Formats: sequence, C-alpha cells, structure tokens
Amino acid sequence: MINLRKYVKAFTDTFGIAEDQVKALEYQSIVQWDSVGHMRLIAAVEDTFGIMMETDDIIDFSSFEKGKEILKKYNVAVE
Amino acid sequence: MVLKGKVAFITGCNRGIGKAILEKFAENGATVYANARSVGCLDSISQELSEKYMTSIIPAYFDVTDKVAIRGCFVKILDEQNRLDILVNNAGIMKDALLGMIDYELMHDVFNTNVFSVINIIQYAYKIMRRQKSGSIINIASIAGVEGSPGQAVYSASKGAVISLTKSLSKELGVHGIRVNAIAPGIIDTDLIKPLGPAKIEDNIKNVVLGRLGKPDEVADAALFLASDLSSYISGQVLVVDGKTII
Repeated sequence: MINLRKYVKAFTDTFGIAEDQVKALEYQSIVQWDSVGHMRLIAAVEDTFGIMMETDDIIDFSSFEKGKEILKKYNVAVE
Repeated sequence: MVLKGKVAFITGCNRGIGKAILEKFAENGATVYANARSVGCLDSISQELSEKYMTSIIPAYFDVTDKVAIRGCFVKILDEQNRLDILVNNAGIMKDALLGMIDYELMHDVFNTNVFSVINIIQYAYKIMRRQKSGSIINIASIAGVEGSPGQAVYSASKGAVISLTKSLSKELGVHGIRVNAIAPGIIDTDLIKPLGPAKIEDNIKNVVLGRLGKPDEVADAALFLASDLSSYISGQVLVVDGKTII
C-alpha cells in the first residue's frame, strides 16, 4: 500500500494531475506524458524506489499498469 | 589534487590513453572505477596506484558491448559511492578497410564498440549524475572523426558519430548540470599506431607542426582539465590534441 502511494505520487508530481486520473493513464494519453515527460517520470520512479531500470524496460513502460508489472522485476511490489 | 573526492568511471584502462587517464585521475585524488576486458589485467596497477596516491582504484572487468555488465557496473557504483562525477568513454577499436572492402561485420564491430556502447554507458551514467545534478562526460573521439582519414572511413564515421553525440548530449543534459565534451587526439604514441610501421609513422609526423608524436599523458592532461572544475563552464566542445596536425 505504501509503494502504491509512492507510485501514484510519482505520476501526480511529474504530470501535475489528480490522483484519480492516474490509473487509466497511458503514454501520450495526456500532453504532459510525452517523451520528455516520460524521462521525468522514469527519473521520479527510479528515485522513489532507489532502482536503476534497464533501457528496454524504460521503453516498455507504456502505462500506469504496465509500470507496475515492470517494477516487479526490480523487487518493487506496487499493490 | 583537482579531483579529490570525485568518483570517476573510465573505460579501456589497460593501455595507452586510457591507462594514462587512469594514472592522471588517481594522481589527482579521484576514486576510479577502471574498466578493461581481460579479467585481472588491472589488478596490479590498481593496487599500485591506490597505495601510491592514497585513493581507491577499483577494477571493473567487462566488455563495453555487454549491456548487462554495463548496468551491473553502474548499479555497483551507485550502491558503493552513491555518486558519479566523471565518465570517460575511452574504449574503442580501429579496423581499417578501403571502400569496396568494407563488410558488414567490420562496420558492426566498429560501431558497436565505438558508438553503441558509448550511448549505453552514458544512459546509465546519466541516471546517477542526474540525481546529483552535476557531472562531466568525456568522450574520446579522434582527429579522424573531425578531418576524415583515407582507409578509415568506418572508424572516422564512428568517431564523427561520437562528436555529434557529444554535441547533442551537451544540449540535452546541460539542464541537469551535466557537461559533455570530447577529446580528439591526433597521432599518439600508443599500441594503436604500431601496425602502421615506422615508415608510415614518420610520414605522419611530417604532418604534425610540433614535429613529433603525442604522448598518452598529454591526452590525459586534456581529460583532467575537462573532468575537473577548471572547465566548469565548458560543454559541447571538441578539444583537439594533435600538435597541430595538417591533414
């Protein structure tokens, strides 16, 4: 639960959106989540959980839900 | 001791320019993660430099084209130091062929080592430097990448790519306080030029206004300058270290 809060906060802080907007979020579904926004989001997620993601995972990080799946690889359970 | 307290990562430290940069950085107080391919080849020099200059030289053995190993190395640096101040992309290969005899394997090998690995390494270094909002990235290019060189179309193109990469990333990463510069050495007295043979080397020296080969240590001096705060307002530049070579 704590990780989920942190994960949601990474999105809300990065994109300046409300919490209820994040769950359906996908890459380029809002103007803030463009390529520059994507790298800011990845930086926020890496800093939040103290991880260093592989390039392929950064590219695959295409939605809020997909990101949760990817984080499992880094032993971060977002539930 | 202009690098006292700084953490550096240098690729291709086992000989030539890379070895000279490693020694120069150690002499100036940096903690250095020193990369080379052959396991064990830096053990002795790492211990020697660590003791001589009262610093830490940590060997990092892997091929720079190994993506998994690159990530592992940067995770280790992050875990152990929690910072990275300097990255020197020095490892490179030179494979020459005249046009018409350039096969795909040669092109792939040269670009894989000289360009693709540099991009991969910078991507991970950036992750650490971004957090601290500072860093100096130094890419070792070549005068061939600036001027071109007959028989070295692929090598020259790869080093030209390194220069373009340097200029682009200086614009992209400056906002994070990260400086990106390149050094373009001319003819330097290393193993790399030995296959040319004495006659060809003498011939090349005729093009050098200063009338001699460069020393690896002279390239290392340029790297020290770009790594240190002495160059704190310099980014996106290509520092040519060639004794004024006229090609």
